Order: sequence, then structure tokens, then C-alpha cells
Amino acid sequence: MARQFSITRLPGFGAIALLTFVLLYLPIIILVVFSFNANQSQSIWGGFSLRWYEAAFQNQQVRDVSIRSLWLALVASGCATVLATLAALGTTRVSRFKGQTIIYALINQPLMVPEVVTGIALLIVVAFLKVQTGYTGMGYLVLAHTAFCIPFAYLPIRARLETMDRTLEQAASDLYASHFQAFRYITLPLLVPGILAGFMLGFVVSLDTVVITEFVKSAGQDTLPTYMLGQLRRAVTPEMNAIATLFLALSLCVVTLFFIVTSKRG
Amino acid sequence: MASDPNQQTERHGWKWLLSTPALIVLVLAASGPLMIVIVYSFLTPGNMGGVAWEFSTDAWFRVFFRRDIFDPENVTVNQAHLAVLWRSVWLSAQTTVICAVLGFPTAWFIATRPPSQRTVWLFLITIPFWTNLLIRTFAIQEMLRNNGTINTALLWLGVINEPIPMMFTDFAVLLGMAYVFMPLMVLPLYAAMDKMDFRLVEAGYDLYASRIAVLRHVILPLVKPGFIAGSILVFIPSIGAYVTPRVLGGGQKMMLGNLIALQFGQGRNWPLGAALAMVLLIITITALVLYLRAVNRQEAKRDG
Repeated sequence: MARQFSITRLPGFGAIALLTFVLLYLPIIILVVFSFNANQSQSIWGGFSLRWYEAAFQNQQVRDVSIRSLWLALVASGCATVLATLAALGTTRVSRFKGQTIIYALINQPLMVPEVVTGIALLIVVAFLKVQTGYTGMGYLVLAHTAFCIPFAYLPIRARLETMDRTLEQAASDLYASHFQAFRYITLPLLVPGILAGFMLGFVVSLDTVVITEFVKSAGQDTLPTYMLGQLRRAVTPEMNAIATLFLALSLCVVTLFFIVTSKRG
Repeated sequence: MASDPNQQTERHGWKWLLSTPALIVLVLAASGPLMIVIVYSFLTPGNMGGVAWEFSTDAWFRVFFRRDIFDPENVTVNQAHLAVLWRSVWLSAQTTVICAVLGFPTAWFIATRPPSQRTVWLFLITIPFWTNLLIRTFAIQEMLRNNGTINTALLWLGVINEPIPMMFTDFAVLLGMAYVFMPLMVLPLYAAMDKMDFRLVEAGYDLYASRIAVLRHVILPLVKPGFIAGSILVFIPSIGAYVTPRVLGGGQKMMLGNLIALQFGQGRNWPLGAALAMVLLIITITALVLYLRAVNRQEAKRDG
């Protein structure tokens, strides 16, 4: 036999798989490459230049929306992580109780309901509150993003709690540690990777959220994604590629960190 | 206390109260507003957007039908709405099929790499999943525009003389959705293959089955749960898509999400928007219920 018979080989599958990978990455690579283009075009190469990055950094509006996006993602994801940690502690390792299904359904609702439906639902409530209270600050966006991030933060924290070795806590109790001491010195340190992972997922999700922000924001509260969405309607320059590339780089860093944190076991 | 602490469950007592802060936020910013959408779908539109607090089923009526302005007795099917509804379902179904056709070989490819390489390939699939959906849609727009990458390349090669208009078509929306949702198909398929016992494939070949026979009678039935999970994970965000059809489909090739948003913007018909949102939610929940039933059937078959 010229070639060994492999049970896992299916003809053509490798080619299709590689094609899929190329299709997944080619548009992103082209987008990144043309952010370094020296001329106005996003498809004809005119030499290497950083002029579009310079333009993006000097664009006051881009700076404003980027800072707002980062601030919102940090605050919302931070709040969501605290709430999700409490919720995970309250819902894992317990015997089944009445209302458990309702709690799970509530926590996971933002994952199941289409974002546009959540968006218009919030629009209705926020529009009413804005008229009634006169308050038009960032509070609405923080609340909306926090709620949306909770299920994403909850998943890794809960997973961590469920796979944790509980003999350690048992040992602490045997050594006369109080409930609080056992939690503070045993459970919480062991839970840290889950909490970090939850925070990073929440952060990325909040940064990505465009539909909900679009419906909830007041005038002058654009985030980076809603700003980009608005700009895409007109003819865009490679400045948009530069902004997108920086945004991609940030997401990539957080996702890589997430992988490192979650792949270290124990 | 002889039992293994890892198996113990505490009596819940008041422990669940720890979840109340999260639940309050979720009720305020997720389920509460959703209930209000149901209420709004039964109200009368206000003059300048918003609603008038008068009960009406007109919004629901107008989801599917329309009345002639001059002759209110003349009721016809609302072609425009049904066209958007149909396009949403049809494009989402096509997206799911494209993702499955490309995703299955991709997942198989990853699952059959040596374990050390698998992590890298998986990471490569996961990165697009966690990178901004808007940016990926923007990347596709750059490919498809009249002076975008594809047209520029084809013009340069001399294949075409003038750019092929691809933006603002069903094709653009379909391509964009397949592109952004692909990882959601590959990941569950991979998970199913990872659990698969490859000795069964070997047994198939030992019994003189052809590659196609092994694929059909051994592999596909074993990874079916992955297909079902992947399909639901692709179909649900597709049917509710807003950003991708807005950017790539524009005003002409709207999907349900865009039609809903329109009622809260220029349309100024909030009750109609609320009713349309409920229609979208009902489709989503139906898909989820069908999925759960399929999962239960699979489990029953395995146990039985």
C-alpha cells in the first residue's frame, strides 16, 4: 500500500476546513493591512504609512467615544462580576429548591432574547424614565450593560465553583475556621480565576454591544461601536480601518488573557 | 460525616438570597422591560412616537394585514411585513445550512489533529467569535463594496469590466451572517466529535464500509447533537440579526430586527414595533423549544 489507510481521513474535508479558516481571516487581514495604507483607498495599496492612526488619535470624537466605551465596559463588567459572583455562590452546590428554574431563566434571559428586542424594551422604559425624572446621564447605559453582562460573567464563575475541590473547605471547617474564614481564605482565592474570566468575558461583551447601546443612549453618549455604525453609512477612509484594528487588538489581548486564565487548572 | 464533601449539597436555607442583587438588576433592565413590551403591543400609537394609553389590537392586526386608507373595509395581507418576515426566516435557514456545510469539515479537521495542535486550531476559531461583530461586518463590507477588495481584484485581473454591485443584496446579508456566525456552528460540532469514540469508525471500516457509508451511518448519527446545537446557535442570532442586515442590506433588504427598529425611529409606531418584537421573540422561543425537545428525544433514545 502506497499510503497508509487513515480512519480519520475524509476526502476533501481538509481542503474545506482550510478554506473556512482562510475565509474567516482574509477579510480581517485585509482590513488590518489597509489601515496602514498611505493613500485614501481601502483596496488599492499605496505604500506603508501610519497617517490613519495619527488621524484617529487626533480625532477628538474618536478619543471621546473610545474612552466612554472603555469606561462603560470596566464599570458595567465590574458590577456584573460582583453580582454574578454573589449569584453563583447563591445558586451552586445547593439542593434543588423552588424557584431555581425561575432564577436560572432570569439570569440567562439576556442570552436567549434577541438583542434588538431587549434594546427596544429598554428604549421604552428609558424614554419614560427620562421624561419623568429628567435624568439623562450614563446611568441607563451602565444598568443596561450590567444586566447584559451578568450571564456572561456568571457562566465561568459558576463552572469554577462546581469543579472546585471541596475537601479543602471541609479541612478548614475541621480546623475550626468559621464559615466566613473558610470563604475568605479558601473559597474566594480558589474562585479568583473564575471571577477574572467572568470579568473579562463581561468586558468584551460590553465593548461589543452595539444594539442595546444604540437604543438606550442619549444624545452625545455614543460608544465606539455606535460611532462606527453611524460612520459606516458614509464613505469611510482607512481611518476607520485604523480604529477597527486598534479595537481588534484590544479584544484580542483580553481574549488571549481569558484563555490563559481559564486553561490553567487548579 | 463520612460522605464525600464534593458530592454534598447544602440545604439551601437563605443562601439563594445572595442572588437577589443580580436578580433585581435583571428584572429592572431585562425581564421587566420585556413585560412592558407586551403591554405596549396592545396600545395605540402616540402622535410623536410613544403610545396613547388606549387598548387596541390594531398593532397585532397590522403585523399581518393592512387596511386601505380610503376604504377601511378593504383588508389585504401586509405584503411588506410578510416579505421581511419571510426574508428573515429564509436567510437564517440558509445561513444555518452554509455554516453546517463549511463547519462540519472544519470541526472534523480540528478534532482529528494531534491533541497538541488542536488547542491552536480551536483558538483560531474562537478568536473571531470574541472579536467585535460590527468590525467583522465592516470587514465584509470592505470586501463587497463597488470599489472593494473583490471588485478591485476582479477588475485588475480583467475578469470584469465594471464592478459587480454586491452590497445591499440578500447575498451580502447572507454572506455576512454566515461569516459572523460560523464559529457558533464549529464549536458545538467539535465538542460532539471530541466525545466521539473513534473505534466505532474503525469498526465500520473493518466491516468493509465505504467512506461514505461510515460518514452516513456512523459519524453523522454520532455528531447529530452537535449539529442540532450548532444549528440553534446559528439560527437564533440570525433571525434576530440587526447590525449585519443594517450594514450589508441597507434599507432595501431589511430583516425583522431592522423593521422593529424602524417603528421606533422614523416609523413612529411603537405598538407595531412592540408587536413585531413579540413575533420575533415567539419565533426564537419556538426554535428553542424545538431544540430542547430534540435534545430530550436524543437522550431518551440513548437511555432506552
